[in-house]
Amino acid sequence: MSDLFAARTQMALSLGFHIVFAEIGIAMPLLMVLAEWRWQRTGDETYLRLAKRWARGSAILFAVGAVSGTVLSFELGLLWPRFMSFAGPIVGMPFSLEGFAFFTEAIFLGVYLYGRDRISPRAHLLSGVIVAVSGAASAVFVVTVNAWMNTPSGLQMNNGRLVGVDPIAGMLNHSTAQQVIHMLIAAYAATGLAVAGIHAALLLRRPDSVFHRRALMLALAVGAPAAILQPISGDFSARTVAQWQPVKLAALEGQFDTRVGAPVRIGGIPDEDARTTRYAIEIPHGLSLLAFHDWDAVVHGLDDFARDVWPPVAPVHIAFQVMVGLGTTMALVSLCVGVLVVRRKNLSQYRWLLVALAIVTPFGFIATEAGWTVTEVGRQPWVVQGILRTRDAVTPMPGLIVPMLLFALLYLLLSAIVIALIRAMVRETI
Amino acid sequence: MSDFISSIGLPEVIAGIMVLALNAYVLMGGADYGGGVWDLFASGPRREAQRELIASSIAPVWEANHVWLIVVVVMLFTAFPTVFATLSVVLHVPLTILLVGIVLRGSAFVFRSYGTYDRPSRQRWGRAFAMASVVAPVLLGIIIGALASGTVGDASARVGTSPSFSDVFIRPWLTPFSITVGVFALSLFAFIAAVYLTIEARDEPLREDFRGRALGAAVAVFVTAGIALALALTSAPRVAHGIVGALWSIPLHVVTAIAAIIAFVALIRRRYGLARVAAILQVSCILWGWAFSQYPYLVPDRLTIRGAAAPRITLELLLIGLIAGAIILIPSLRYLFRTFAGRAAERQATAHE
Repeated sequence: MSDLFAARTQMALSLGFHIVFAEIGIAMPLLMVLAEWRWQRTGDETYLRLAKRWARGSAILFAVGAVSGTVLSFELGLLWPRFMSFAGPIVGMPFSLEGFAFFTEAIFLGVYLYGRDRISPRAHLLSGVIVAVSGAASAVFVVTVNAWMNTPSGLQMNNGRLVGVDPIAGMLNHSTAQQVIHMLIAAYAATGLAVAGIHAALLLRRPDSVFHRRALMLALAVGAPAAILQPISGDFSARTVAQWQPVKLAALEGQFDTRVGAPVRIGGIPDEDARTTRYAIEIPHGLSLLAFHDWDAVVHGLDDFARDVWPPVAPVHIAFQVMVGLGTTMALVSLCVGVLVVRRKNLSQYRWLLVALAIVTPFGFIATEAGWTVTEVGRQPWVVQGILRTRDAVTPMPGLIVPMLLFALLYLLLSAIVIALIRAMVRETI
Repeated sequence: MSDFISSIGLPEVIAGIMVLALNAYVLMGGADYGGGVWDLFASGPRREAQRELIASSIAPVWEANHVWLIVVVVMLFTAFPTVFATLSVVLHVPLTILLVGIVLRGSAFVFRSYGTYDRPSRQRWGRAFAMASVVAPVLLGIIIGALASGTVGDASARVGTSPSFSDVFIRPWLTPFSITVGVFALSLFAFIAAVYLTIEARDEPLREDFRGRALGAAVAVFVTAGIALALALTSAPRVAHGIVGALWSIPLHVVTAIAAIIAFVALIRRRYGLARVAAILQVSCILWGWAFSQYPYLVPDRLTIRGAAAPRITLELLLIGLIAGAIILIPSLRYLFRTFAGRAAERQATAHE
């Protein structure tokens, strides 16, 4: 394994591990606040028990998210020092704002988790709201950095040297709006439906439990609307990528030749050497319609670009299919929920729906991992699109396979422990 | 002195705020590590009560305290990106060990507090938490010792040219001097934690336990500081010169010494409030003493504050961001600490409901 590949693997593992906890850290406070607010409004003690249950599970996930996020902030330098010495003056701005948002989140998380008996109910609820808002703000700023890597702006180059920076323009790059919206909705959809799925599974065993019924409805109130909105945000993302990152679009669609009225592909395996995508179901004109909202729009295929700026096509295409497939399933299940809720039905009486929700539990997190594979692998060979190649950013230290294996082991261990602890907590509630 | 004042510009102000953030991290996050050290050395008839007090003192605040480190890192790569890159390359190995320590400390702590009620696994997490709490401060001290002695700067010039891995990536930080600074940092964190715990403790015997520990740690601080100074005189001349040579160093050392004596005497006389103030002053003066001993270098003798600074627009925006952040954070932090101040004992009852 080359040092470059070891570094990329370590970064991918760290981001892939952290992002699950980050999503939970964004959405879980909202769920806890909603439960607590319902309790204060209705006086129904079930909601208070629910808020406390959720808080206990979340405390573990928040802490693991905080420490794994710390690892990432150091890894930016440990693995990519030349990226940071180049980009630090620009991406430092959103990272600093993220730091303050995270600080606010950590302070009020302490107040929220431990302060219930020392402050007024109103102050307690407010501290939960601050945690929810600052968690979302952290995500906005971090994703802004990634958006800049995809479509960099706010920098003047002269013969490959950086001569001027504008950090604010860097933050307001072409991808910021679409990536931020897509990520935030993903966090609420993935977490909301995962929590709903767990309580749906528990309702299958104990259909009469008021506790799980209340939990299911609150989790769906967050997760279902987000899952229904996500395809719309996905359309916005696809159009932005089509406009500003045509190579990435071609790779994620497995589109090799340039075409008027390009088809959209469902499934399929791209073959880079044969320059074709096999076994896909093609819907004529679909891609032109989706990416440009024009039946006959020209879509540039990979053949229009030099081979050395192609990302690895097959993983990007397959990851994209996984994300869209899972996201669509989540949206459809959520639509069913929506229809039943509008008709004022009691959801817990529909076993097929509870089964569907239980199956969908992990889909949002898998879709998130797939989505990040699309955006990160799809940007290769660049770390900063069109400006800095990943291979030129990696640390000169040899032997990078060792830290990669060390962190792989650490994440494996932590994942196993977290899963075991959460399982034990869920069992307690049966 | 007037030369020094006229040399202060925006980059120096940013560097100063960075040291201030590091100072906050040492006083707050450092004490949380120190708590872990005392968890490891919990002993005597009140061993479990000691551990309970430590856990309930740390629990509500450790995540917020930990963010100071992230503030330092983010400020470093925003305002002085080449310094961040240089340190990350040469100090890859100790920084990685530090990270593993940080991850295990935080995870093991919450696994113990929230995860499970059965005794053996709680003890296992407790041990992991305590051991990781010892590793992290030693590594932090090693990194600062290596940086101050100039070996990191020298090694950064050999990256890519020296054929020997250990010559560039191991030997610069694995020196007797930097290891001594590591043990010194550990003693200092344990000292400050024990001083805080004398105030957090509600009952007299427990308070006496931590008073004894604070006095012991104070002696360890004194001894390791002495060894570090002796090693500096023989093998790290750049530190020795910085400590004794510069204009501001003598008054700073006098204040450090007075604060150390006051803290020690106050502990003996059981004046805990005074001991805490003096200990905070002592620890802060030590940190600023190190910072000034390097001035104007961030990486002696290669990268200065001026030379490594990011473009002016970045520094200006960062300063605005820091001021805006402080307006939100300082009242928030005050609220956090006031909510939980000195109530560790009461909290024990509610922590595991």
